Amino acid sequence: MRFFFLLFLTGFCEAQTIRVGAKHFNEGYIISEIISQLIEDNGYEVERVYNLGGTLVCFEALKINTVDVYPEYTGTIAAEILHSTEKISNEEISKQLKDQFQIEMSGSIGFNNSYGLVMLRSFAEKENIKSISDLQQHPEIAIGLSYEFLKRQDGWDNLAKTYQLKLQPAALEHGLAYEALRDSKIKITDAYTTDGEIAKDNLFLLKDNLDFFPKYEAVSLYSRHLDEKIKSILKKLEGKLNEKEIQQLNASVLFEKKNFNDVASEFLKKKGLLKMTTVSHEVIIWIDILSKTGTHLKLTFIALLFAIFFAIPLGICVYWNPSITKLILYVVGLLQTIPSIALLAIAIPFLGIGTIPALVALFLYALLPILRNTITGLQSVDPILKNVSDGMGLTRTQRLRWIEFPLASPMILSGIRTASVINVGTATLAAFIGAGGLGEFIVTGLALNNTQMILRGAIPAALLAIVMELLFELIGVWLIPKHLRA
Amino acid sequence: MKPIKLVNVTHRIDERTILSNLSIEFADRKVTAIIGKSGSGKSTLLRMINGLLKPTSGIINIFNSPINYSNLHTLRKKIGYAIQGLGLFPHLTVEKNILLPGKAHLTKNEINNDTLIRLLDLVSLPKHLIKKYPYELSGGEQQRVGICRALFLDPPILLMDEPFGSLDPLTRFDIHNEFIKLQKTAPRTVLIVTHDMREAKKLANEILVIDNGMIQQFGITKEIFENPATVIVKELLMIAEA
Repeated sequence: MRFFFLLFLTGFCEAQTIRVGAKHFNEGYIISEIISQLIEDNGYEVERVYNLGGTLVCFEALKINTVDVYPEYTGTIAAEILHSTEKISNEEISKQLKDQFQIEMSGSIGFNNSYGLVMLRSFAEKENIKSISDLQQHPEIAIGLSYEFLKRQDGWDNLAKTYQLKLQPAALEHGLAYEALRDSKIKITDAYTTDGEIAKDNLFLLKDNLDFFPKYEAVSLYSRHLDEKIKSILKKLEGKLNEKEIQQLNASVLFEKKNFNDVASEFLKKKGLLKMTTVSHEVIIWIDILSKTGTHLKLTFIALLFAIFFAIPLGICVYWNPSITKLILYVVGLLQTIPSIALLAIAIPFLGIGTIPALVALFLYALLPILRNTITGLQSVDPILKNVSDGMGLTRTQRLRWIEFPLASPMILSGIRTASVINVGTATLAAFIGAGGLGEFIVTGLALNNTQMILRGAIPAALLAIVMELLFELIGVWLIPKHLRA
Repeated sequence: MKPIKLVNVTHRIDERTILSNLSIEFADRKVTAIIGKSGSGKSTLLRMINGLLKPTSGIINIFNSPINYSNLHTLRKKIGYAIQGLGLFPHLTVEKNILLPGKAHLTKNEINNDTLIRLLDLVSLPKHLIKKYPYELSGGEQQRVGICRALFLDPPILLMDEPFGSLDPLTRFDIHNEFIKLQKTAPRTVLIVTHDMREAKKLANEILVIDNGMIQQFGITKEIFENPATVIVKELLMIAEA
């Protein structure tokens, strides 16, 4: 036993695969990719666990050690992880993380991704506006703000109070604000300080001279038990990436449609942080699609198989004990109403991230259709036939095997078919917890606003759903006599 | 050896009495027709005898021993059960329908295909039908399959619940004759529920008339027709004569 434990430990140590997490948005991918390539360049294997569905998923994954490092923002840590209501210093954040979670935080990578106010550079220069305070002299300027910014605690109301601004903001969709700015319909809008548009449209970010906005400085989070060598590698990134630079990187991915792998390695090379010439991650697209389709199918089928072998016997038990029918259907129905993404999030503390929790979630989703159809199918067998079976002296098991189950099978099969189609769809969400599959294309595509990439995942997923339908149609033809098919 | 004997059998569902204090013995290897209006308790009586229903009170003896409700499987091996039209399993071929009682009660080696052939002959069913599904058969053919199935284990008791109800008169006539032939070659104790007096007259040695769960009259067929005991029996007979 001890031998195996040691073997396990050595296996663990020698592998030295560092798992780098990423949140599913543009900047998240870029920073994580920079971290990944930097670690790889120092001779380690890196497993990229990208597309993680938000702060909660990332941080839980880090806590339970299924991810070794991921980039985060100090403001997010303070608000969402430490639940702090006041501004706290980076030192304080770092201390609390260490005390509460055994997690360490690197120094700032160099940029602050906060809210800010932006305007066209030409207009700012003309009016000689450099900071937010300068706006006090210009109450007439047209300002358009996103709905979110108008509502936030650290949004317009308090900002106007702090700076004593008299501007009258119009509300508009954030996506449209940049366009309105380009067309000079408005002169000022709110923005994230690292938005690629700032670089692309040559916008000017007004200085927050009263330090109103909370700081969202990019840092790396990692376990305190992480190898010291890796920690020192991460240190190399500190202060290396300023706002202008990250705006540029964001813009090259979002607007020049560059691959974020390439953007990351170009940056590292420019900074002299890569020792080797880049290990290019050229992936042939259709092989990538096939491999992700494979993962997708694997997730779908394994979960479906378990659901079949669980739900059908459960359905039979319920059928034999009608008093529990309602209760069981209620409980299973309740599971179905939990939004998939929430179910995945709930599962993280118990099951971590990756394939297992995805399988569990898919399994739970597949249960209801199969269970319900099994019960209904068995219940709807003609009572006269049940009577005849009994009169003939069939035992309960014989009756089930020879009469009820075969007669219920078209119904059960259609339940399985429904479950399989649900699973093909839901499995795309598995990408959020790092289980892979076609969802990776979709999530990444959505984050990068890249339609081609979304379709790369959506089309095979839709095809899979159709193939599933056909497959079960065929199984029906093969198993069920023609006159009994639904 | 009395095949079927009921002693003070009462059956109630909630407050409603379906069968009321019935005591009766059926004759060995004779055909008894059970007659009565709808809801008189005929079918309930049959279902009591093969244990599908348990009497609220009273005792049912099959071959001199009371029904053991924890081992109905064995009891039913001795009792064939045929019901009107709908009793065939739609997902099984004719052959599998007929062999099913064998599958339930015998080992593989004990199931004899000769029996199947002999039974088909007996009810004049062409052999090519055995691979067909029930829905591909006519009503008369289905009925014959049902009888073959009930007889497959050669049970000493045969219960038939309106077995010929759904047939046209010509087919019914043929099956009646086959039934009589069958009973001559291998007589067994048969209870046949019907509301057709003419059918009863033709097939049965004895007749039991029940109404409202109570015995109106029980006796040899001829006697019943000659001396109806109650108004109800008389009414039923009149319908038959009409």
